[in-house]
Amino acid sequence: MKKLLISAAALAVTAGMGMAQDVVRMGTEGAYPPWNFINDDGEVDGFERELGDELCARAELECEWVTNEWDSIIPNLVSGNYDTIIAGMSITDERDEVIDFTQAYTPPDPSSYLALSMDVDVENAVIAAQTNTIQAAFVAEQGWTLVEFPTPEETIAAVRNGEADAVLADKSYLAAAAAENDDLMLLEREEQIGGGVGMGLRESDDELLETFDAAIQSMKDDGSLNALIEKWEVASTF
Amino acid sequence: MFSYCEDPSTLDGLVWLSCYLTTGKQFLFYQSFGTVLILLFITAPVALAFGFGGAIAARSRIAPLRWVGKLYIAMVRGVPDIVYFMFFVIALDQALEWLRHKWKCPDWDQPIRQGSDFIVCAQAKLPLSAAPQVWHEVYNASLAIFTFGIVFGAFAANVLFGAMRAVPRAQIETAEAYGMTPRQAFWRILVPQMWIYALPGLSNLWMILIKATPLLFLLGVEDIVYWARELGGSANPRFTDYPHGDWRLWYFLALLVFYLAFTRLSEIVLGRLTERLSHGQATLGGVKQGKAA
Repeated sequence: MKKLLISAAALAVTAGMGMAQDVVRMGTEGAYPPWNFINDDGEVDGFERELGDELCARAELECEWVTNEWDSIIPNLVSGNYDTIIAGMSITDERDEVIDFTQAYTPPDPSSYLALSMDVDVENAVIAAQTNTIQAAFVAEQGWTLVEFPTPEETIAAVRNGEADAVLADKSYLAAAAAENDDLMLLEREEQIGGGVGMGLRESDDELLETFDAAIQSMKDDGSLNALIEKWEVASTF
Repeated sequence: MFSYCEDPSTLDGLVWLSCYLTTGKQFLFYQSFGTVLILLFITAPVALAFGFGGAIAARSRIAPLRWVGKLYIAMVRGVPDIVYFMFFVIALDQALEWLRHKWKCPDWDQPIRQGSDFIVCAQAKLPLSAAPQVWHEVYNASLAIFTFGIVFGAFAANVLFGAMRAVPRAQIETAEAYGMTPRQAFWRILVPQMWIYALPGLSNLWMILIKATPLLFLLGVEDIVYWARELGGSANPRFTDYPHGDWRLWYFLALLVFYLAFTRLSEIVLGRLTERLSHGQATLGGVKQGKAA
């Protein structure tokens, strides 16, 4: 059996040889519509799929999509399991210490609250947020009651079953959920947190960073980025 | 999949369900059952091999070998599985890449660790970043199997170590009286007879191994628990042709049934195996069998 494993591993190594080295592995979460999600065919889809494919085409790179848990998405980037994070990740100083970001591909947008009733007093309520997000950090900083969940889906489920009073997350994600569910609504209060969403790369990957930066700039310049943002309703436009 | 699935919003009831259950995304879920079963059936013999090696080492007459065996058993048994899984897989991956890096890129002058980055040359990556996704998955799975093998191997080693000691001393004495060497006595007398004593412990391990498969998810293998959570989450009509509410309860119920059925099946097989191995043994079960016959 071990021989089988070793030969399988050897096969893996030889199969990879002689191929082009410039395949860029794009890491995403696949659970955060409209930014990124798995479609009915089981493929990565959404705003970032389209954006990423376009960026790769402009930079003449061959790209491959992989999904990874949100919680370990940064550790797996720095240990080299994939080459970029393109997963609706807001640019923050804290993350910038560990990885590098391209320029933002969506402008800074407010985060909003989703609840079952309009009169939730968020400062004295239980707020659900996804682990390791700017929203979770924000609630913790304010000293409010925070419950964290590994996936965005579970934060909304928590409000539904009464575990939390409201979810704090990106407005585009919550708006999509609120539009389809009559019982869920967005609160009027919004929070201005985060500095726009960018692609994350290893700090040592300067060349790739510049390539993607240039590709994002060219999409900004010809207006195709704004068109894509409007198509998927992920954020305000530039 | 079916021709009538073109516009699912017009369908309902079982017809809708038949379309829903045959989307590409659902097939990834079904495939993950296969993945779990394959990993399980590879892991079990690997763990048993580690266990056998560990047990032989632990009862060796050569002191250093004995220490290695005992240390292996004590170390793995003493550390929480999850710590082992998290640490070992990352460490093993980095160690392999580091070795390949030393071998393939001797002229590399930059440090391997730059801040929090772990950097080896592109040719040393395992698997190469240009390799198709399937090899990345095979590699991850192999690391997972190896880690499972080591962890469960230590428990198996302890079980086998005990089982080897449980074989009546008189059996070995008789073998010696017939002029067998210690090696012959070990392979011909001890090993065939020890299984009946090892089986209760090993069957426990097998059951625990089945139930431990969701840990695969931690190791980056997209297993049935991952897909149950992913597919069970409420689906928004904007992003799917098959919108539904929060169905995680049903998906996890399906997993529950799967695991129960699988462990029940294992129990039946293990029961038969016990009966078979008891045959002609000087154990209570074996003697009963003899009387009944």
